[in-house]
Amino acid sequence: MRIALFVTCLVDALFPRVGQATTELLERLGHEVVFPTGQTCCGQMHTNTGYAREAVELVRHHVDVFEGADVVVTPSGSCAGSVRHQHAALARDAGDDALARRAEAVAARTYELSELLVDVLGVFDVGAYYPHRVTYHPTCHSLRVLRVGDRPLRLLRHVAGMTLLELPEAETCCGFGGTFAVKNAPTSTAMLADKMRHVLGTGAEVATAGDASCLMHIGGGLTRLRAATRTVHLAEILASTQASGDRTGIR
Amino acid sequence: MVVPHPRQLGVSARDEVLARIRAANANAGLGLGGAVDGPRADGDVAIPRDYRGGGGPAPGSPPLLDLLRRRLIDYRASVVDAAPGDEPAAIRAALAAASVGPTPGSAERGGGAVLVPPGLPASWCPAGVVDDGFTAVELDGFAAVVTACAAACALTGTIALDGSPDQGRRAITLVPDVHVCVVRADQVVHGVPDLLARLDPTRPITLISGPSATSDIEFERVEGVHGPRTLTVILVAAPPAPA
Amino acid sequence: MTATFLGIPAPAGVGQLRGDRPFPAAARDALADSQLRRNLGHATGVIRTKRAAAVGELDDWEQLRLAGEAIKRATMARLDDHLVRLEAEVSARGGTVHWARDANEANAIVTGLVQATGATELVKVKSMATQEIGLNAALADAGIIAHETDLAELIIQLGDDVPSHILVPAIHRNRAEIRELFGRKMPGVDPSLTAEPRRLAMAARAHLRRTFLRARVAVSGANFAVADTGALVVVESEGNGRMCLTLPETLITVMGIEKVVPSWRDLEVFLQLLPRSSTGERMNPYTSIWTGVTPGDGPRSFHLVLLDNGRTAALGDAVGRDALHCIRCSACLNVCPVYERVGGHAYGSIYPGPIGAVLSPQLTGIHAGSDDNASLPYASSLCGACYDVCPVRIDIPSLLVRLRTAHVDAARARPLPTAEALTMAAAAWVMSSPTRFAAAETASRLGRLGGRASGRLSSLPPPLSAWTSSRDAPRPPEETFRQWWSRTRGNSA
Repeated sequence: MRIALFVTCLVDALFPRVGQATTELLERLGHEVVFPTGQTCCGQMHTNTGYAREAVELVRHHVDVFEGADVVVTPSGSCAGSVRHQHAALARDAGDDALARRAEAVAARTYELSELLVDVLGVFDVGAYYPHRVTYHPTCHSLRVLRVGDRPLRLLRHVAGMTLLELPEAETCCGFGGTFAVKNAPTSTAMLADKMRHVLGTGAEVATAGDASCLMHIGGGLTRLRAATRTVHLAEILASTQASGDRTGIR
Repeated sequence: MVVPHPRQLGVSARDEVLARIRAANANAGLGLGGAVDGPRADGDVAIPRDYRGGGGPAPGSPPLLDLLRRRLIDYRASVVDAAPGDEPAAIRAALAAASVGPTPGSAERGGGAVLVPPGLPASWCPAGVVDDGFTAVELDGFAAVVTACAAACALTGTIALDGSPDQGRRAITLVPDVHVCVVRADQVVHGVPDLLARLDPTRPITLISGPSATSDIEFERVEGVHGPRTLTVILVAAPPAPA
Repeated sequence: MTATFLGIPAPAGVGQLRGDRPFPAAARDALADSQLRRNLGHATGVIRTKRAAAVGELDDWEQLRLAGEAIKRATMARLDDHLVRLEAEVSARGGTVHWARDANEANAIVTGLVQATGATELVKVKSMATQEIGLNAALADAGIIAHETDLAELIIQLGDDVPSHILVPAIHRNRAEIRELFGRKMPGVDPSLTAEPRRLAMAARAHLRRTFLRARVAVSGANFAVADTGALVVVESEGNGRMCLTLPETLITVMGIEKVVPSWRDLEVFLQLLPRSSTGERMNPYTSIWTGVTPGDGPRSFHLVLLDNGRTAALGDAVGRDALHCIRCSACLNVCPVYERVGGHAYGSIYPGPIGAVLSPQLTGIHAGSDDNASLPYASSLCGACYDVCPVRIDIPSLLVRLRTAHVDAARARPLPTAEALTMAAAAWVMSSPTRFAAAETASRLGRLGGRASGRLSSLPPPLSAWTSSRDAPRPPEETFRQWWSRTRGNSA
């Protein structure tokens, strides 16, 4: 299958390893990955901060770039959620029904990574090897906007060599919330503190999730604490094989 | 963003609020025949009622009675089983169990008298004092009240009173500290939809699920606040026919 | 979107819909109160578990939610008709209906009705509407004492405190604090009173008993009003509601206009949704339903006050109006990670938590600039837990975003753009072009110079210093993804 990668602005600029892992994983599974180089950002930060007018232009750009793709994958529950649940509404609110219809068409072909693997490609065992103790944080938008359910866990359970540790109060937000983390920093930090307490309580070496943004938040807190637990994106774990060695980590 | 219309002189609050509603609905694309695209345009939204409605187990069937019994007990009500005709003995036993003594002057307040609504079968509680419009303070002198009910809902452990003569006015089941309520098997329905379908909405209705309770301290439920602290339900059903 | 709201927002200076400072400042202080954090964490944890169990018992929960949402939507679309019908039915059964444009008018109506009875005190059932309009203060100004009779409201009133939760206004107090308060403020309290919740409830019973028995006037809110029969519904637990609704001669019910439901049958949905969502019970201990006046049973005089106070302003927005569907169960508060950590007082309004962050600014209107309620829509990480538990499926995160947009758009109308607006505009300009975006990525990699060998940044200039106050920031990598792609795959697509 020819799959267009929407890598997200955050991964492109700050966590390129996540995009590389997504590419390598899909290629290993026998698929062709293309990277439409015109892509930039889904506009979620603008939308969620109240800048709908600016966001519509980013929606238009995103639709222009991905309209031709049969299948779009993104290693982010949050950005997939924005494409699927915000883009058309933004266009419609701006009075651009034509754009809304085009956005709906792109949204219908856009999948978060675990959705693509399980629902479209029908694979649970991706042949990964990752000899570490890992705990999984189901990010809010994966869980409650996309409803990915246990797809990431089903993929992780098939990873060879890995010990999966259950995260207490896993479904509680880590406190990131985009500009919330800055506008309401003390509240965000209090939420992060509880999330880190639970992560560290599992004794895991690695905390994983399907969103680089939440991992940036949790990881930023963990390194500030000089904790031994590191954050690694789900794509990186799934891309790991006995041959690839271990060169993962969002920090 | 707010564009208030000025308060109109000489227009009643009623007319102004109604006018605001009509203007708001028109602005939102609803009402006043306003045609707007999208699912919100239709004010007469079809209500999907594919939740569990009426039906289910037949009223009074043994599984329903068993469910009601369990749900009442779960919320700290007491349940006494009785066969038809055995109501007087069951009521005596329930009052005794609630420490409402038959001896005048023996109970905590008001001589331990038992209050009954005017339409309660006289044989059920011969010692009962029939309510004739006692004041609130006088009601506070009674130790217990015995009533029938209008219907009961097994799923939620709820009994419904509707002010019929065998249940009396609302205050009599509120002020005395013990409420003994007689429920006939054929009054027991399954769910909330069945319960409401049995009630006349123009009557004063009280739905009672266990004794009074509160969750106001640390969200922990504790039973017994202003309403009766003891609720005993007498469940009247014919014993299973011998095989 | 429609940024023009019709109707008139709730007036300032009366009632409790606004705080006196923005949410972030109030939240910062609340976070410093470790006892508050423990109390809230414990109580919300208890109720989350109970709610989940009560909801889990029903296999038709989603169908009930869908029905509840649809009933509310249909009601709002014909709200005028339903209110007129309600008025006719209540009047036909001996009640008197009053209409109030705002808090001041409602307070004046209630005060006048109480004065007409000659009473100088009354008993109250817990009611959000009367809290919203500041009724107790208005009555006090007229020399009328309002006795709150709900246990949590009593705790608030005795402590000169402010409610912090829709359902359990004293949720910020634990049993030991309540015991201490009762010992200090409750006349004639048993000195051996312990902090056991049952004993505390008994103390409240003894304290309020005489007040109930002598009261001639009561004030209540309403959970629902049924248009086609004129039935009013109050859902409660303690029996204080029944005391107020049945013992006094005069009953005055103050109800927001959005509480009407079209038909009796609609209650079969809401009487399932509400108790399981709010207290986590299959059914609350007492539900009282009455229509007008019943000779020989209950009050001889019944007044219903229908309150607007900003509701029609909220109704004017095609999406924002969904907030009016709220049935005040408070499930969204109990699951909100923000509410759990900062408590209700930080929101300023008596409607706190996720629904409060939507409803309060909708009722008051958001004004550009220094309106404290303008900070409320940002008091959320948009995690969506509130939407999942809402019994009438209010999409609270989307409504929050919509209010943020309205706030930003209001600021655009002002002569000078905010620093944030400039940043957002610049970011959008950069991100709408891959060339500009790639150039910006290259520029940002200069940030690598500031990083330590560890690959992370511990301090950034404002506004990002708010991030690095507690979290390291990632150091930009040596190579962006698109550079890696170009190097390893060449240009594609």
